[in-house]
Amino acid sequence: MTEQLSDKSKQALINLLYQLADDDFILAFRGSEWLGLAPHIEEDVAYSSINQDTMGHAAMFYKLLEDLGEGDVDELSHARKSTLRKNAVMLELANGPGHYLKEPNYDWAFTVVRNYYYSQAKKVKIDSLKQSSYKPLADAAVKVSMELYYHLLHWTVWFKQLIQAGGEAKEKMINAIKKAEADFGDVLSLGPLAEDIVQSGFIESETVLTQAFHKRMDPVFQGLSIPYSGRFQQINGKGRYGEHTEELVQALDTINEVYKINPKAVW
Amino acid sequence: MEWRTEFTRDQENQIEEALMTVKDPEIDSISVIELGMIELIKGCHNQVSIYVLPTFMGCPALDIIKSNILKAVSSLSWLEQAAVFFIYDPPWTSDRVTEEGRERLKEFGIAPPPEKIDETGEWHVACPYCESIYTTMDNLFGPTACRSILYCKACKNPFEAMKPVSTLM
Repeated sequence: MTEQLSDKSKQALINLLYQLADDDFILAFRGSEWLGLAPHIEEDVAYSSINQDTMGHAAMFYKLLEDLGEGDVDELSHARKSTLRKNAVMLELANGPGHYLKEPNYDWAFTVVRNYYYSQAKKVKIDSLKQSSYKPLADAAVKVSMELYYHLLHWTVWFKQLIQAGGEAKEKMINAIKKAEADFGDVLSLGPLAEDIVQSGFIESETVLTQAFHKRMDPVFQGLSIPYSGRFQQINGKGRYGEHTEELVQALDTINEVYKINPKAVW
Repeated sequence: MEWRTEFTRDQENQIEEALMTVKDPEIDSISVIELGMIELIKGCHNQVSIYVLPTFMGCPALDIIKSNILKAVSSLSWLEQAAVFFIYDPPWTSDRVTEEGRERLKEFGIAPPPEKIDETGEWHVACPYCESIYTTMDNLFGPTACRSILYCKACKNPFEAMKPVSTLM
């Protein structure tokens, strides 16, 4: 199948796969930092299960990259420096002040908003990827879709209930929405090779995806009687272009700690 | 499960028997065949290739399942080469669990995935112990990726259920 791809198309496909893989990889890691810290025990079970699924999706996308000759999956996920990462900046930001081992003053509202926005965007992309011209990616999208269904159910409940609760919960959610939207432009970006990615039929254009995203979000906000801005920025950098924060560097240092001890170890 | 082999009927039976001994490492009453994970078996002479559908993508049991399949078929002395491939097409869905498999799940205390999902997305799960449908969902997510946690109001037992997954989701 890959031999049918022109060099230009193949580069575009590889770029898109890095975005998909790195997005899921870093968000699953940020989620794993909540283990034992989630608001209640049932949430701990649910969130860790979601993170496990999400890491599984990352592994599948890295495997597609391995099949295209990009290298070994463990190396792709662990050994690449922050400047080579293509994930959206919103997904790499720390969960809040502190460290998971010491005074983790993590922000649950931001976590809910980040995961809800991301799951909605992922749903839009996965639906588009089901029609991808690259069959292995379309097959993968069908698999992801079945698990994403449950993630979206979960984050929708949290998102709506915390806003409907009013008071401090609502206030924190509104602030978290502002924080997420300030970097959310990155999530819907297809990066420097966007044109080639779309022309090769791997996924629909940013404009189409963004419109589909608004169409999903607008009624939710209306139902909650809060304004939906629909305007997203990239204030902390453009992740698809390799621009990242110090928070990603720190996250990768933590993730890679064990891997670096013995890169040849079998996982 | 599809066979595309030049094996004799007897040889195929031997492979199937070997695969029946490969259980889900986290639910050891049910085999990979009963779970509907084996999609295709190809082979000729002394070689066999087994195409397996992963259930949930992040399932850590997949590598163990792969090596257990290889171990099981290598017990057949006439086979010299065996390979296992994970494929995504068709996707594994919970309706692939066989009738036998559904019983094996119940033996383990896990309710089989619901056979029917309402248009509203609602599904009903009967208690694997007393069959009552007077049950409540405690957590959509459970101790493994494929399970939810429920409670039976009739016999007052907590139990787990295999999550329904379908391409309609």
